[in-house]
Amino acid sequence: MARLYDLAKVVRSKNSGPFEITLDALFDDPAVYERVKRSGVITKELIARLYHVPEEHVTTLVFFDPACGFKATFARRVSSGTCLDSDVYGAQQHVPLAQVEIPDEI
Amino acid sequence: MKPFKILSPCGMLGYGFPEESFRRGMEMHPDAIVVDAGSTDAGPHKLGLGTAIVSPQACKKDLTLMITAGAEAGIPVIIGSAGGSGARKHVLWTRRIIDEILEEHHLKDRKIATIWADIPKDRILASMEAGKVQPLGLAVKPLTPERLEKTTGVVAQMGHEPFMEALENGADIIIGGRAYDPSPFAAPAILHGCDPAYAYHLGKVLECAALCAMPGTTKDCMLGTIEEDGFIVTPLSPDRVCTPLSVAAHTFYEKDHPYILHGPGFTMDLSGCTFTECGNGAVRVTGSRLSWDAEYRIKLEGALQVAYRTFVLAGIRDELLLSRLREVEDLVVRQVQRYYREIDPDTYTIHFMNYGIDAVLGETEPNPTPGHEAGVMFEVLAPTQEMANMICATTRSTFLHYGYEGRKSTAGNLAFPFAPSDIPFGPVFEFSVYHLMQVPDGKCMFPIEYDTAGGER
Repeated sequence: MARLYDLAKVVRSKNSGPFEITLDALFDDPAVYERVKRSGVITKELIARLYHVPEEHVTTLVFFDPACGFKATFARRVSSGTCLDSDVYGAQQHVPLAQVEIPDEI
Repeated sequence: MKPFKILSPCGMLGYGFPEESFRRGMEMHPDAIVVDAGSTDAGPHKLGLGTAIVSPQACKKDLTLMITAGAEAGIPVIIGSAGGSGARKHVLWTRRIIDEILEEHHLKDRKIATIWADIPKDRILASMEAGKVQPLGLAVKPLTPERLEKTTGVVAQMGHEPFMEALENGADIIIGGRAYDPSPFAAPAILHGCDPAYAYHLGKVLECAALCAMPGTTKDCMLGTIEEDGFIVTPLSPDRVCTPLSVAAHTFYEKDHPYILHGPGFTMDLSGCTFTECGNGAVRVTGSRLSWDAEYRIKLEGALQVAYRTFVLAGIRDELLLSRLREVEDLVVRQVQRYYREIDPDTYTIHFMNYGIDAVLGETEPNPTPGHEAGVMFEVLAPTQEMANMICATTRSTFLHYGYEGRKSTAGNLAFPFAPSDIPFGPVFEFSVYHLMQVPDGKCMFPIEYDTAGGER
């Protein structure tokens, strides 16, 4: 097992507009990228569970081979910069995803 | 087609850039200097209050280099989303800075085009009634006539069309109101005859300047060159290189989908792109596709004031208090509510954020265990500043002296870094308008005015 944080070259989060947070994981080794993709661990259901949003609020989960990475986007529970938001840029919301363990391939 | 070159000095006007990189870019004979000045990233209050993201001094420093170099080379200088939010106030703020520069450098004959992006509320209301306004995202609250009325002002993101018209009319400097970030980059290239797919895809890269290079930054310059069948991005600092992966990965940045992009009047598909190294840290991109949408829709943005805030920052070091912090905070709230029993507790909010425990991630924090100290930010959100100040002061004094069970540090619970401890913040806004509105075309909502710093029209 290895954490996504340790496998990826880039794991980040950012607003995609004030009402969404988008998570990116990018890899510098295509083999590692393929391992993560094939593991089947990364699903909309996982993102919904990690970020406490209903699954239908996870609007995007796409693996993009040319960039060796995947992206997941979900609706914010509080829009950027208003009352009770804790991360105006959405820049530190990658952590729950980054802790996810990816199994070794046999 | 002669290759078309665009110099992007920095990812945000006023963030600054190394002058050497900029000069290196100018030596490569660009056809236009373009910069993005806007963002919604910093939240709704810039739009709500009409304030800028950067200081006027920083904006002037960047613009002075750009405008004097542009005048010397005889190429246009184009600014998108002037002043941050691109509303009338922000555009005028930028205009004052530009007038100063033109005066100081004896360039008052430069033809200036100002493109307004403010959308009249009655126009939006009519479109709402015609069913031509749709929320952009699942979390966007429905737009009612009442909420629209209370909204400070509404801007819309323009496409390349108004910028292109200003260029066709001979503008030397274009101060664009709110724009889709890549639009001011795409405009001169499309006017030149470049494929709009490459013009917009390059714009998407250049609006962040050197962010797609390694090491990436928005504070350094980048050159884009559009050819017949692709484009090249070239970092202008010897300390940076682009790689096929770094440019490909940039298409991911701050948008909801890795390769489908929606802009004003079009949809882009970057799934068929190829990225190849072409020496000197430059990368060539081909295969970008763009299709014009059947209906032209623009993105509206508007901010609504929802509360006033007063907040306090304090440190906590006592181990017993740290171990039961949330519980004590709840007791403090209850005591404050009891004290102000004449005020309906639903009219205000007392909110604690415990840094060092779970302030950043809230209930999604995987490890909400306190360490040896924590920073607490607590705030009161209320309908007036006076009420926020009053309740916050009571919360602070209650928390400071709260006698939780077993307390040993009976002289005080909080270490304030500042005196006074309570900070009146002012109004808090939310994005009340984040909607798509169907319009006849890309120009009709964005009027253009032409003049010079000398006052000639």
